[in-house]
Amino acid sequence: MKNKASVVIVGGGITGVAIAYELIKRGVKDIIVLEKNTLSSGATGRCGAGVRQQWGTEMNLKLSIGSVKRFETLQEELEYPHDIEFSQTGYFMPAYTEKQVEQFKKNITLQRKFGLHVEWLEPSDCRKVVPIIDLKGLMAATYYDKDGHLNPFHTTQAYAMACRRKGVDIELFTELIGIKTEHDSIKAAITSKGVIECDSIVNAAGGWSQIVGNMAGVSIPTYSERHQILITEPIEPLFRPMVMSFYHNFYTQQEPNGAIIMGIGDPNEPKEINVDSTYLFLQKMASVVTTVLPPLKHARVVRQWAGMYNMSPDKTPIIGKTQIKGFYLACGFSGHGFMISPMTSTLIAQMMTNEPLAIPEIETKLDLGRFERGELFVEPSVV
Amino acid sequence: MTNKDEVIVCRCADVKLSEIQELIKDGCTTLDEIKRLSRACMGQCQGKTCRNLIMQELSKAHSIPIEAIKPSRFRPPVVTISLGSLAEEDNHEK
Ligand SMILES: Cc1cc2nc3c(=O)[nH]c(=O)nc-3n(C[C@H](O)[C@H](O)[C@H](O)COP(=O)(O)OP(=O)(O)OC[C@H]3O[C@@H](n4cnc5c(N)ncnc54)[C@H](O)[C@@H]3O)c2cc1C
Ligand code: FES
Repeated sequence: MKNKASVVIVGGGITGVAIAYELIKRGVKDIIVLEKNTLSSGATGRCGAGVRQQWGTEMNLKLSIGSVKRFETLQEELEYPHDIEFSQTGYFMPAYTEKQVEQFKKNITLQRKFGLHVEWLEPSDCRKVVPIIDLKGLMAATYYDKDGHLNPFHTTQAYAMACRRKGVDIELFTELIGIKTEHDSIKAAITSKGVIECDSIVNAAGGWSQIVGNMAGVSIPTYSERHQILITEPIEPLFRPMVMSFYHNFYTQQEPNGAIIMGIGDPNEPKEINVDSTYLFLQKMASVVTTVLPPLKHARVVRQWAGMYNMSPDKTPIIGKTQIKGFYLACGFSGHGFMISPMTSTLIAQMMTNEPLAIPEIETKLDLGRFERGELFVEPSVV
Repeated sequence: MTNKDEVIVCRCADVKLSEIQELIKDGCTTLDEIKRLSRACMGQCQGKTCRNLIMQELSKAHSIPIEAIKPSRFRPPVVTISLGSLAEEDNHEK
């Protein structure tokens, strides 16, 4: 491993490798990515990999729309020899309360202003989109056919291969264990395999971001929260879009090969690093999903696993600079970091190379300082 | 039929030997990476049949002994179970 670099990126998930790519694309040299395990071994390789643009604020609309545009051509741009499996099969978002109906109406007005042709569905229309949905309690739904999903392993691998071709060093099984600062500036990254002198460090450590922050003396109010997920055996095609219910707190989608993935949030999940899976999750998940989508009762679970959301206090990412010169943050994605990774990485790279920002207001809206200033970001449409 | 391209390594997820070899060429050094990128070992048998074959390929390609390769994890449930029966259990407990 080299002992000098211009930039050290901590984390070989989608965020870390995408940032490395955007930096080298802009001519930055001597970039090292540190990954304590293998690529995608964190949240990225455990996630649902859904990509939605149906958000309720201008900020999240800009982040997600810009990212989907990139996903559409990413495979060619990265010259990846395999398929990143990007498919736009839509997101279907049912409403079960008056309050949700009101919120979705507001969202759809804003979304249409941004050029998204999101459809408003009355209960009688819903089965045209999701034929197996139970209509009990359903008050309305929104559906956007340009939302979708892609394969998180291949997308990460695609960025990583493009990075390596251009000269980025990706050091696997190499852990960052300390950060050396001097006069509030980054001096070196201390790793399990030696010290790397550098000017900048990017914290893209996902569920471990708060630990990496502490190494630089920067306290980040993020915490980790386990989220469980399962996959069934492939069955006949039953529905196409991702079905995401805020009311039940679950999402599910049938993959191209017929297998169905699904996850459900647990409001009692403790704030800790934990990726164990439980039988209780299987029961709870099954009970809810078979109520909303009854024919799924025949699907058989093959595997279950868990990953960590890196939560921020306002469930909105932290993207930006810190009080330590050269220490950048791309963390706290709160369960939707995969879908916005093209924009996250572009913004960080623009910031680091003093280019104008694609979304200038992130500097004051998504920065770490917002928590101290008490200016929490409010997104009405998160699970 | 000795065409190498036709050799299937993982029957459950339909993964060919040539795909595994290509991933090794792309830089994969662990079973976990190969599993995630190819879906081998993610089928019904969770790799009971295919994982040794893949470990052999890794061992050959990187000239490391097979014992040095970390096997991938078996994910629960160990046998498949239908969502319907799980939901029933949940209702009983309520
Ligand atoms: C069950 C589940 C479902 C999800 N579904 C979706 C979805 O549908 N859509 C969506 O957009 N998002 C989803 N997410 C969220 C998404 O997975 C994350 O926001 C995203 O993957 C974050 O990527 P990352 O690269 O920032 O973090 P990670 O993928 O967690 O990567 C961080 C990496 O840093 C490494 N690391 C940590 N500390 C160190 C250190 N000290 N030294 C070296 N390396 C270190 C870790 O090993 C890890 O590989 C889901 C998450 C989960 C858990
Ligand atoms: S043969 Fe590969 S999972 Fe069964």
